[in-house]
Amino acid sequence: MTEVIQESKIAKFREGLPKTRLPFRENILKTAENTLSTLDFPTTRNERWKYTRVAKIATKSFTAKEGIIGTLHLPVADAYTIVFVNGFYNQELSSSESPEGVTITALSSATEATELLGKNVRVDTAVFPALNTLHATDGAYVHLKAKTIVEKPIQIVHVLTGEHTIATTRNVIVSERFSEAEIVQVFLAGNATESFSNNVTEIFVEENATLSFDKLQNETEGNFHISTEHVKQAAHSNFKINTITLNGGLVRNDLFIDVEGENVETHLNGTYVLKGNQHVDNHTTVDHLKPNCESNELYKGVVDESATAVFNGKVFVRKDAQKINAYQSNGNVLLSDTASVNSKPELEIYADDVKCSHGSTTGQLDEDAVYYLRARGISEKSAKALMVTAFIGDVIDKIDNESVVEYVHAALHERFGWDF
Amino acid sequence: MIKIENLHASIDGKEILKGLNLEVKAGEVHAIMGPNGAGKSTLASVLAGREEYEITAGSVDFNGTDLLELSTEDRAREGLFLAFQYPVEIPGVSNINFLRTALNEIREYRGEEAVSAKDFMAMVKEKSKLVELDSKLANRSVNEGFSGGEKKRNEIFQMAMLEPKLAILDETDSGLDIDALRIVAGGVNALKSDQNATIVITHYQRLLDYIVPDFVHVLYNGKIVKSGPKELALELEEKGYDWIKAELGETV
Repeated sequence: MTEVIQESKIAKFREGLPKTRLPFRENILKTAENTLSTLDFPTTRNERWKYTRVAKIATKSFTAKEGIIGTLHLPVADAYTIVFVNGFYNQELSSSESPEGVTITALSSATEATELLGKNVRVDTAVFPALNTLHATDGAYVHLKAKTIVEKPIQIVHVLTGEHTIATTRNVIVSERFSEAEIVQVFLAGNATESFSNNVTEIFVEENATLSFDKLQNETEGNFHISTEHVKQAAHSNFKINTITLNGGLVRNDLFIDVEGENVETHLNGTYVLKGNQHVDNHTTVDHLKPNCESNELYKGVVDESATAVFNGKVFVRKDAQKINAYQSNGNVLLSDTASVNSKPELEIYADDVKCSHGSTTGQLDEDAVYYLRARGISEKSAKALMVTAFIGDVIDKIDNESVVEYVHAALHERFGWDF
Repeated sequence: MIKIENLHASIDGKEILKGLNLEVKAGEVHAIMGPNGAGKSTLASVLAGREEYEITAGSVDFNGTDLLELSTEDRAREGLFLAFQYPVEIPGVSNINFLRTALNEIREYRGEEAVSAKDFMAMVKEKSKLVELDSKLANRSVNEGFSGGEKKRNEIFQMAMLEPKLAILDETDSGLDIDALRIVAGGVNALKSDQNATIVITHYQRLLDYIVPDFVHVLYNGKIVKSGPKELALELEEKGYDWIKAELGETV
């Protein structure tokens, strides 16, 4: 019997991409392979992709290749830094030492990560994580032993360079019980055009651990970025993620947080500042599986020119998850008539003793306020900048690390001329 | 200081100011009174540069400059200040940051050095005392959550910080209790000099007990129809505005 299989877009897309170099378990690779043989790239008929077209990515052919880059301007100068260029570990640019109790290494050489690798990620339904699983070249493995407190931040850097390059990166981060750390993950582009970064980060926050995670996206327009974080939080843990999108052509962030223990605190904040033809989509899911937890979500964005922002935030409160406080808020300011926002906050509550709220606002700058500021001698441009920076300042204030805050301010100054 | 001649202004095609004339010299305080709808707030808005109003005729000379040609911010930089009847709340923008930006943009326009952080804070401390404004309010968002009295005191505080040549107080007394009124008027009086001038726009005479005008003008139906010394305000308070209308030959 002969089977005729029509070649899918995915099959074509995968031609020439190297097999993953990461120590995955066989069954995970098999599941991912199965996903890609049955699913194609999502279309706008798929609810999760209703407002974001990936045709620009799906119809291109990218190659995985190492790249050379010049000097990097990093958010944190004094950090334990690990650098990947086009998804390949760059030893020269990475720090040579790790603090005590902490492993910071290339995932390709971390055989001890096998047990956790892929454990957190649903590859049976999602195309990009499945692609990532099958083709990831490298990424960071960060493991904090119990009770380890790291004073300096750990900085994971991904640089995209070249034309039609694909960087498929995978990170695994483990915070054992009572550990405390701050991780900054930054995505940069150096002379990259029409290139694509597909990242998956798996984060395990164990009992009583505290982890702060700043994700900075500062690639350039004309490049594509899809990233997925899967976070699992155990009892009494505290996790905070700030997703700051400063640049990038097409950017999609999928953030999943499973709250699997009691007395857990979760903070997810995000800001995006767009212009030109940028398209930035944030999808977040917080799943409260256990009682007595709190989650706070604040995403705010400013959209100018012909850019588009998408926000979809979902909070589940499962049947047994009583006494949950879950707050979610998304705010947008449109600076032009051609800018657009699609915002959809969602709550699904199956418990009966919870405090939850969600809200979404989209508007323009208050003209009366602009006039008031101008009547005090402030130019129209400065007046708008004052108001815009105040608006997203709420989110930037959530970043604890001063160097990161300065980096964000400098990036916004450079791109928009705004001062904070 | 300012010379307004035959000023006509309309909004949405409706003429509000119909040939207004007024001259204010340095060192003077002028009160503009009039019934509701006479055009008092329109005059304030037109002078400050609110874009919704269309100027159909007339001229405004401000210290030798054609005021009507200037943008709102340039009018402020030239030394015109409007104390708003309804100060706007601006969440997230701190009073301090706002005022420092304003002060430095005004200085830059005049070719002066930016104020240092230290001098600026000393100024804030000194000027906030003038209107008994809690220094904590200076660090809060502009007017956000301020009481009515605090908002008006904040207007005068801003005036003290920016040291305008001409201040226009638009119904600054509205909604103030007598204590707040005294504080606000005290601030205005303390800022008075022979180099600057003040136009007080009010519906009631009460404020003029505290800010004593050199001249009182009655604005009615888009024009100044009567001018006189400060006693005119008392007469208006006592007799209302109907006698003015009668004097103009209108039936009441």
